[in-house]
Amino acid sequence: MSHLRKRITTACGWLLADHFILVLTVVFFLVMWRIYPSMGGARNLANISSNMWPLLTLVIGQMFVLLVGGIDLSQTSIMAVTSVTGSMIMTLRLDPARFQDNPLWGVVLSESGGLLAGHVLAVPTAVILMLTIGACIGLINGLAVARLRMPPFMVTLVTMSFFSGFAIYLTRSENIMHLPESFIVIGRGGLGPVPYAMMIAFLTAVAAWTILNRMVLGRWIYAVGINRKTAVVSGVPCAGVIVAAYVFSGLCATSAAILYSARLEAGRPTLGQHLLLDVIGAAVIGGISLFGGKGKVRWAVYGVAFFVVLDNSLNKMPLNFYAVDIIKGAVILMAAVLDVLRNLLSQRSPARAGA
Amino acid sequence: MILSGELIHFGNITKEFFGIRALAGITLSMPSGQIVGLVGENGAGKSTLMNVLGGVFAPDAGSMIWQGRPYSPEGPADATREGIAFIHQELNLFGNLSIADNLFIDGFPRVRRLGVLKRGTANRLARQRLEAVALECPVNTPVENLTPGEQQLVEIARALGRNARLIILDEPTSSLTQNERERLFGLMNELRKGGCTLVFISHNLDEVLRMSDRIVVMRDGCVVSTGEKREYTVERMITDMVGRQINNLYPEKTSRASEEVLLRVEGLSRSGTVDDVSFVLHRGEILGLFGLMGSGRTELARILFGLDSFSAGNLEAIGRPLGGHKPAKSISRGLAFVTENRRDEGLLMEGTIESNVALAALRRRAFSRWSVWIRGGAIRERTLRTAGELRLHAADLRRQPARNLSGGNQQKAVIAKWLLTEPKILILDEPTRGIDIGAKYEIYTIMNNLAAEGAGILFISSELEELAATCDRILVMSNGRIHGEFSRGAFDEKAILEAAFEGLRIGGTKR
Repeated sequence: MSHLRKRITTACGWLLADHFILVLTVVFFLVMWRIYPSMGGARNLANISSNMWPLLTLVIGQMFVLLVGGIDLSQTSIMAVTSVTGSMIMTLRLDPARFQDNPLWGVVLSESGGLLAGHVLAVPTAVILMLTIGACIGLINGLAVARLRMPPFMVTLVTMSFFSGFAIYLTRSENIMHLPESFIVIGRGGLGPVPYAMMIAFLTAVAAWTILNRMVLGRWIYAVGINRKTAVVSGVPCAGVIVAAYVFSGLCATSAAILYSARLEAGRPTLGQHLLLDVIGAAVIGGISLFGGKGKVRWAVYGVAFFVVLDNSLNKMPLNFYAVDIIKGAVILMAAVLDVLRNLLSQRSPARAGA
Repeated sequence: MILSGELIHFGNITKEFFGIRALAGITLSMPSGQIVGLVGENGAGKSTLMNVLGGVFAPDAGSMIWQGRPYSPEGPADATREGIAFIHQELNLFGNLSIADNLFIDGFPRVRRLGVLKRGTANRLARQRLEAVALECPVNTPVENLTPGEQQLVEIARALGRNARLIILDEPTSSLTQNERERLFGLMNELRKGGCTLVFISHNLDEVLRMSDRIVVMRDGCVVSTGEKREYTVERMITDMVGRQINNLYPEKTSRASEEVLLRVEGLSRSGTVDDVSFVLHRGEILGLFGLMGSGRTELARILFGLDSFSAGNLEAIGRPLGGHKPAKSISRGLAFVTENRRDEGLLMEGTIESNVALAALRRRAFSRWSVWIRGGAIRERTLRTAGELRLHAADLRRQPARNLSGGNQQKAVIAKWLLTEPKILILDEPTRGIDIGAKYEIYTIMNNLAAEGAGILFISSELEELAATCDRILVMSNGRIHGEFSRGAFDEKAILEAAFEGLRIGGTKR
């Protein structure tokens, strides 16, 4: 009896450990490499890496919202809207047959491309506009949650629906091709062996880490997520903190949109449609709690690494894509159960040592 | 088969939490049909022992015998099945559901096989059970509309419905009014007559002595003494609990109020809770605010601190008006608020002690540059120093979550949080509730020292004795109004209590 309990306790200690997921990722990768030797090939590694960076920026943004006890379902629609609007500014050529009945034809769009087609400042302007839009949608989410006290799930579900619809409306469901080379290079190029995508993800991670660990805002984010009432009494401007988290999430989603659009060489109204589960799944696998107040940048990195490796290995297996989705779903479910268990354990075991 | 004599026997029970010994070989018997008073300081192991009994924790070693048979519960459900009910300090009810629903939450009467709820039967049974605890109330009342005392009766009714033979009451009286206490005590006596055993855990030693047949005193995970009630006095219990003689429950008063006004309140009102309240708080003064539950004292404190708004009146802190303010502004003006409920409003239970202590002072220049960048070193240094000054006992301030601290140390963490903001006006709402005598003494000392250093303290409490021992003046609040003011030297317990009840008589039966 007590032996079993002790063993369970030890196992729990493992599950609660910080590096558990990283170790799991490495072990899993090595096992898969044995089975599918192509896993370790240079091309596959590059593939894993390029899948990782945009997902990481998304997860880091999602983490901020999860930390304040919310959830951001609208990230993918932010990606779609920003991808489309940015492309509309800088595209070099549009096919009249496809875009003639677009609401913006003749205003912003023409045969010779977007508003600033060919202009030196086209790409920077597009990027700034995208970031602004992403931040604004985050602001709407944040204000609705913090000021109107609406449930985050409802708010972001609505903004998700609204803005993904809006992205399709803007483009009449057409992809916007012919993006300038200086934009595409963000997704493809790099400084020597270091891809730009990795640098952007890295900068996002550093920014997130700095906010969480070196800034007053970071302390406030954790405080609001752990116990909003206590935070209020302690003078934390809770509404502002929550809004900041959603804005940050919007900015991260936009960065991911830039990376994906550049890699796909198109502005897509359906960009990121299937990513939502990946994002929340990776966050939860990393150990970021859905109950708020618990999460680290490092955990986001681990979660994304595991998820990308898992995804990659599933693609190597002779499975059809329903099966892949089923397995992914099962893994995420396990991670969510683990999250609940971890909460339960940390409340039960070392706690109340005397009280 | 009810054995006369022993109901439960603990045989050499030990329990460790990560190397900290919470129970060090407890051997103890409890006879049936008695009220057993279990006392000890926070961290003495009372709750751990009861959690072992209730199946929450498995002991590392030792055995239990329940009604003559070996008993080793796998979880709380086993304990419930055996007839052991644990009524926690924080009640386990669903506020939005009716009394009847709460009573039958884990076993609603159904039409056999169809799974259809038999509401009529349920309501009839519920009425019977409420009769058993003498609660006169329609069974469809939502539980959140009941007073804390009535909610407790519902919990007891639920325990009785499961044929409980042993009921553990953990600090049952701490949130009850005097009348509700008497009612609970009456019920406890009834239950004992009916053959139930009750374990009564409380820091209120007078009540324990009055109600119990037997006393068990714990200290540092051991039972230090146990025996019939007549062998005990409050003094002996205290001596046993702390392991030494305590001559003074209160430190000597060293602070003295000056003439300088720190906080001026004039005609403050908020509809339904606070009605035309005026008073001043001086520099160096400890001002007591006495009132029963629901008298509006907590509501007044919340308004002062900017958590709630007020509809009329004036507020002036450190010579400047204050109004429409938020807590952040109150803090920058030098106010601090130790709330009544440290679990919900005082602490980030899952956060580290350091993050708790630093939280309110983060924007101070000493701890952050332009309110943006954290000076981690300065925070750490001050946290450590303040924790040392307050004698906050913790294994690791930077890693240990606040949840792991005992009640007294949690309260010290809350106070440390406010000391970092260097407050000039401290509002403390029931700061000594649910903490042991040693920690209480230390908290009085801290208040005393702060006042001596020039802070003004508003000390809210429903324990007249501690107010009388520590305060310069006592205001009595009732039904939202101030109904009396007493100066040190003229404290008269009877007059103060009369004033506290006065408002109730005038204002009718307001909850």
